[in-house]
Amino acid sequence: MKIESVVPVPTLRSRINNWFAFTRKLQFEETVWGWILILPAVIGLILFKIGPVLASLLLSFTKYEIISSPQWIGLANYQHLPADSLYMKSVEVTLNYSALFIPLSIMVAYTIGLLMSQNLKGITIWRTMWYMPSLVPTVASAIIWRWALNPEFGAVNYPLKLLGLPLPGWLTDPDWIIRSMVLIQLWGLGNAALIFLAAIKGVPETYYEAAEVDGANAWTKFWNITIPMTSSVIFFQMIMSVIGSFQIFSVAYILFGGYTTSDPAGPGNAALFYVLYTYRNAFGYFKNGYASAIAWVLFLVVMVLTILLFRTQKLWVYYEVEGGPQS
Amino acid sequence: MKLTRLFKQSLGYLILVGGGLVMVMPFFWLISSSFKAPGKIYVFPPQWIPNPVRWQNYVDVFTEVPVFLYVRNTLIITISSTIGTVLCTIVTGYAFARLRFKGRDTIFSLLLATLMLPYVVTMIPIYIMFSKVHMVNTFWPLILPNFFGEAFYIFLLRQFFRTIPVELEDAARIDGADRLRIIFQIMVPLARPAIIVVTIQAALDNWNGFMQPLIFLTKQALWPLSLGLNSLQRFETGLDLTHLMMVLAVFMVTPVVIVYFLAQKQFIQGIVLTGMKA
Repeated sequence: MKIESVVPVPTLRSRINNWFAFTRKLQFEETVWGWILILPAVIGLILFKIGPVLASLLLSFTKYEIISSPQWIGLANYQHLPADSLYMKSVEVTLNYSALFIPLSIMVAYTIGLLMSQNLKGITIWRTMWYMPSLVPTVASAIIWRWALNPEFGAVNYPLKLLGLPLPGWLTDPDWIIRSMVLIQLWGLGNAALIFLAAIKGVPETYYEAAEVDGANAWTKFWNITIPMTSSVIFFQMIMSVIGSFQIFSVAYILFGGYTTSDPAGPGNAALFYVLYTYRNAFGYFKNGYASAIAWVLFLVVMVLTILLFRTQKLWVYYEVEGGPQS
Repeated sequence: MKLTRLFKQSLGYLILVGGGLVMVMPFFWLISSSFKAPGKIYVFPPQWIPNPVRWQNYVDVFTEVPVFLYVRNTLIITISSTIGTVLCTIVTGYAFARLRFKGRDTIFSLLLATLMLPYVVTMIPIYIMFSKVHMVNTFWPLILPNFFGEAFYIFLLRQFFRTIPVELEDAARIDGADRLRIIFQIMVPLARPAIIVVTIQAALDNWNGFMQPLIFLTKQALWPLSLGLNSLQRFETGLDLTHLMMVLAVFMVTPVVIVYFLAQKQFIQGIVLTGMKA
């Protein structure tokens, strides 16, 4: 009796010990494998993200023109910015563009998403048609639009000409260049439209049915159900739109980049977008320190704007809580 | 009531179809122009159906433009970058989804934070770095970074891996399989849809890429299609090769359209997921 009651105790203890040893081994195994597996990403993070960001910050305080080694000049690059008329022009161009593009891109893409969400015959074919432009690579779309927006024989002015309306010089008139750039970017908005489509389709049908019972019309249903239920996606697209519109480069470079970096970007530098000017400073004039300062200003602006947008989120973005209305 | 509904529906139809036609019109013009004679492209009124149809353009383009070279360069960049992205994304995504270890969450949030980082900020130091190791004017600057992961795709695969039941890999672990075997023999087949999405998106980004090739590749012998096309539209040769440029543009668009129609579901899924990051 006595012996028997004593024996199980050490077994239990050793079992517990074994268990701990096992989990420790398991934890050890997970830690080792974990770090091995993420090692490439960690190296990438340091080598291509964090390292360069810090290097760029340091460079922005230097005068570095490739031939000579970087020379510390403190805040001089930043102080020079307001006096640089080309820089101010690029800020103006980009702000004008963003002010037009950000709201329009959201509205247009959302409208397309709504149109695509209709249950009509052959809807997949029509959806594909609306989406097709997004498949066109930037260079090809620039080529297409250079023709389509040509004042003489472009497709856009063709109907205007038939109607006897004034014909804007889309790509030649400084006043129209920004609008043309917005138009070109809106054409390739299929991705955003698809995202909105998915969000709109994701709104449970029962909500609309309940609203109909209460006598809601299409308009109230749209404002009180569709918009709030898709607000998180609208919010996210808005952030993407802000980040993207400040960084527009390829189309501007292809259409207005000029043969050399000393050519104006479009008539009167009307298409001197921010990143285009940054690019010119870095790879055209080889002013790496100055270009870094310009890039850092952009980085800060994008960061601040994103944070501000996130702040407004509480006011208008509706997130479904688990176990909330949907369940 | 019924009549207004009918009216509404036909209006919706009209906008949808009419707008759709307007959207594809420029696209159609591109294809049609690739069959036009040199002086017949920029004419008024716009010519929608080429007359006569010049098949010759599709022959001439090979003698006038180094098409094979451009295609070869584009393929080298696209294929190797995509392989790099997919491989790195799979292992990293798995580790973030399944393994618990110290520092994991810190690294993961750092990785996500880089999504906000504009490329222009890192562009200059990265360029200097690659020029110091004499890799400017090689494909390495375009390919190498992909082997070190792309934050967004890692996030995407991590989310997908988390939906796969742990029991499936426990069975294999009892049989003594190590992590790499679990990843490639169990997780990868199960995560196929998500991996296809990543593959398509990554391939597309590289195929269409413009800014990075522009920065790193200044020699024509290294140009991908995007840069070749750009040099044509800038009339850098001094000749009017507009009709051949249209052919080259068609060459560049066609594979994308084919992939879209072959894998429409994954393609669209990829885009929708990209937009739902948050």
